[in-house]
Amino acid sequence: MPDIDAAFLALPRHELAAAALQRARDLGATFAEFRLERIRSESISLRDSVLESAKDDEDLGLAVRVIHDGTWGFAAGVALTADEAVLLAEQAVHMAQVSRPINAETIELADEPVYDDVSWISSYEIDPFSVPRAEKVALLTDYSDRLLKADGVAHVSVHVATVHECKFYENSAGTSYTQQRVRIGPSITAHGVAEDRFDSMSSTAPPAGRGWEYMTGTGWNWDDELAQIPGWLAEKLAAPSVEAGTYDLVIDPSNLWLTIHESIGHATELDRALGYEANYAGTSFATLDQLGTLKYGSPVMHVTGDRTAEHGLSTVGYDDEGVAAQQWDLVKGGILVGYQVDRRMAKKNEDVLGAPRSNGCAYADSSGHIPIQRMANVSLQPAADGPSTEELISRVQNGIYIVGDRSWSIDMQRYNFQFTGQRFYKITNGKLDGQLRDVAYQATTTDFWGSMEAVGGPQTYVLGGALNCGKAQPAQSGAVSHGCPSALFRGVRILNTTQEAGR
Amino acid sequence: MTAVQLTPQDTVERGLALAADEGADGCVVLVAETSSTNLRWANNTLTTNGAMRGSNVTVIATVGSGEGTAAGVIGRSSVTEDSLREIVSAAIATARAAGPAEDARPLVDGTASPDWDLEPEETSVSVYEKFAPSLGESLKQASAENRRLFGFADHEVVTLYVGSSTGLRLRQALPRGYVSSTGKVGAHSAWVGTATRDFTDVDPLALDTELTRRLGWAGRTVSVDAGRHPTILPPAAVADLVTYLYWVLDGRDAFEGQTVFSKPGGGTRIGDTLSPQPVNLHSDPALAGLEAFAFAVARSSGGSSSVFDNGLTLAATDWIRGGKLEHLMTSRYTADLIDVPTATPGIDNYVLSVDGASGSTDDLVAGLDHGLLVTCLWYIRVVEPQTLLLTGLTRDGVYLVENGEVTGAVNNFRFNESPVDLLARFTAAGATVPSFSREWGDYFSRTATPPLLIPDYNMSSVSQAN
Repeated sequence: MPDIDAAFLALPRHELAAAALQRARDLGATFAEFRLERIRSESISLRDSVLESAKDDEDLGLAVRVIHDGTWGFAAGVALTADEAVLLAEQAVHMAQVSRPINAETIELADEPVYDDVSWISSYEIDPFSVPRAEKVALLTDYSDRLLKADGVAHVSVHVATVHECKFYENSAGTSYTQQRVRIGPSITAHGVAEDRFDSMSSTAPPAGRGWEYMTGTGWNWDDELAQIPGWLAEKLAAPSVEAGTYDLVIDPSNLWLTIHESIGHATELDRALGYEANYAGTSFATLDQLGTLKYGSPVMHVTGDRTAEHGLSTVGYDDEGVAAQQWDLVKGGILVGYQVDRRMAKKNEDVLGAPRSNGCAYADSSGHIPIQRMANVSLQPAADGPSTEELISRVQNGIYIVGDRSWSIDMQRYNFQFTGQRFYKITNGKLDGQLRDVAYQATTTDFWGSMEAVGGPQTYVLGGALNCGKAQPAQSGAVSHGCPSALFRGVRILNTTQEAGR
Repeated sequence: MTAVQLTPQDTVERGLALAADEGADGCVVLVAETSSTNLRWANNTLTTNGAMRGSNVTVIATVGSGEGTAAGVIGRSSVTEDSLREIVSAAIATARAAGPAEDARPLVDGTASPDWDLEPEETSVSVYEKFAPSLGESLKQASAENRRLFGFADHEVVTLYVGSSTGLRLRQALPRGYVSSTGKVGAHSAWVGTATRDFTDVDPLALDTELTRRLGWAGRTVSVDAGRHPTILPPAAVADLVTYLYWVLDGRDAFEGQTVFSKPGGGTRIGDTLSPQPVNLHSDPALAGLEAFAFAVARSSGGSSSVFDNGLTLAATDWIRGGKLEHLMTSRYTADLIDVPTATPGIDNYVLSVDGASGSTDDLVAGLDHGLLVTCLWYIRVVEPQTLLLTGLTRDGVYLVENGEVTGAVNNFRFNESPVDLLARFTAAGATVPSFSREWGDYFSRTATPPLLIPDYNMSSVSQAN
């Protein structure tokens, strides 16, 4: 297990925090918190086995958030000096004062135990930034070459993003922590050109809370997948176009994670349900008055929020309000039973939520942004003795098996969605019957989850996810994982995308 | 705690000197100083706010010469005198460890901007001195009238300094701001948004008046089925779609057969007629009111950009002229690859216009017997790159038009449409005006677009969202 980076520990964390928090107190803040964050990120891109771009970035800065006269104030800067920390505290208080006339609600926070100078590190083996660039490029070149040598592959694009995040947090209640997280997101795509069209086939390897070991085979079988991608691409280019209609679907975790993200993950964010995102990402059909009664889906549907899952992209020790990571239910037996909340929302809605504690969903994507309510790892649980993917397929007479994600879109209340995928296999009499193309599935959230007849067993469970979930104004990017098993859905609308384009 | 912060100019000069001392054959130093301030509100009350300063330094070191040149790119915030030395060393080491860059070209020559020595420009919360009280007034007014307001105001100033070992010393400060506001009455909602450079031209009460007008159209509600409908897209909705088209004008992707601008069988569609209509898509960093950076800035290389092109002068460019595809975005390398004479890097603005078109959205409404007015779109994503088929949804304002008047509010829809096809199918257009895309305006706000009438917009299904 790696240690927290010594260079980060050497920064004057406690001194800067003390200067900022004391100044905030002196100016009358009733609550104040300080963050010092260093985010290292590397992006490597290859095009047709040639290094196109490699960039190494580091974002280091500090932030102060206060509650002053019942109003939030926030300021962020980059100079690591006590003077800057004091200045930011003053600016944050000033922001609160300027904003006070347009604030109609006194800010109060749910209680949380105090954690005194604790630390936490995510689960990974090899810090990507400890691996020489040349070694990384050589591996990615090898992966590219394997695809380029295959018949029918015209071009190959490879991109790997890695992030090493160190955070120090301290608040005026006495909590302080230091935590370190690593994440990695590979993208490998083969492009093919047929006589009158083109298509592509991407790896379904999800981004993960892992280190460089992920790229060499720990947690993903690259040898197997790279060997199969050219054949999958060739078959898709030659595949017949789907006939639009209603089909039973078996959806692989490599596709279903994204449907969960959009139709459950965002829909159970309480800030959205309360209107905080109404001008941007939207609200939610899963309103607070329906807690405990909303029939979200079929009885086999059990969805959890989790900030503790190993290798999860949203997994932390403590959130950006000093709340310890937790796991809880969002949908149980198909009924809405929980939300994702931060300390303010937990306090404001404690009568309805019945739990006067945040479940730890505050996150800011850098020191330059204010913490907002962000998604936990939201996952569909498998059935304890559930079927394999093959068994699910065997229950379908006329259907489609969908693998991998591609296009996605959902409305601003999380009702109407449309997804495509990487591969679509026709299912005839319980067996796969070759690939189809031009497939998109479109449904309403509760209809779709209500049509889920069965979930697969733990052997089908995969932790998928995204590095770049967007939310809030100013926009912030969050990384989040979604685990799920394969699942069987009955009677879902399938569109033909070529026909949708009027051709 | 005693780290010495450098001025942007010192960072550039010391960085270049350090690179030369350590044996780099070339070097570019980019310094971006940013300041921003924002206000956010929901349910008629402030929710968050912020004042942020940022500083980012990117060092691009090159080693070798000609086609054997390699580049190393390192970016850091919070750079001090000591850390600059580490950054430069790391960039050179990275370049030495890398192979020759495919896009290598001689670094751009140039002279110094006359304002090179000036300090970075800044914004602060004082930019809202007039706006915030008016906003407070509109929030109170909305509460009194049982309307709920949700919105965001943002202002930032980015000052860029670009210096190179070939003598380039460029500086430009660029302000950018916008307001986006959503109003709700019961189950009905409406949206307005506008871009600004300094907030002196933004009146929250006027925005609220327009929201109130649109919410008033919801006095009557009408259910309309999915299908192909005559649809008027105001300039903001056109910007939602055309911005996506703009983003896929990548010359290399098209050349390699991956986009709607690829020619079947190989090559690009440059020279092809995309629309029978006299449609023009034009960018120019000097466009009045839509001013953008006048030189290329690339912190990484891609299909249409190159780190070797930093500082390249951005010239006024016709992407589409008279319905014909004139240019795709290219670096100098990509221009050579696809065999076009001049590099045409992307520019952070565009104007879509139709020769001879005049009048406003209201004029198009007045000329429509029966159809829809869709004021903004959302969650737009590519379904099929070959046709640039996009899917997305209407939100916060779909209205029924009957006999030249808006007569009610309509349910929302999911659409599946290609902006390339729309430019070939529209049957009426208005005058081009500054616009603000609902979905992309946060990132790409310097747009001007006309309203368009599409005779058969493909509403694929009904959305229950409101």
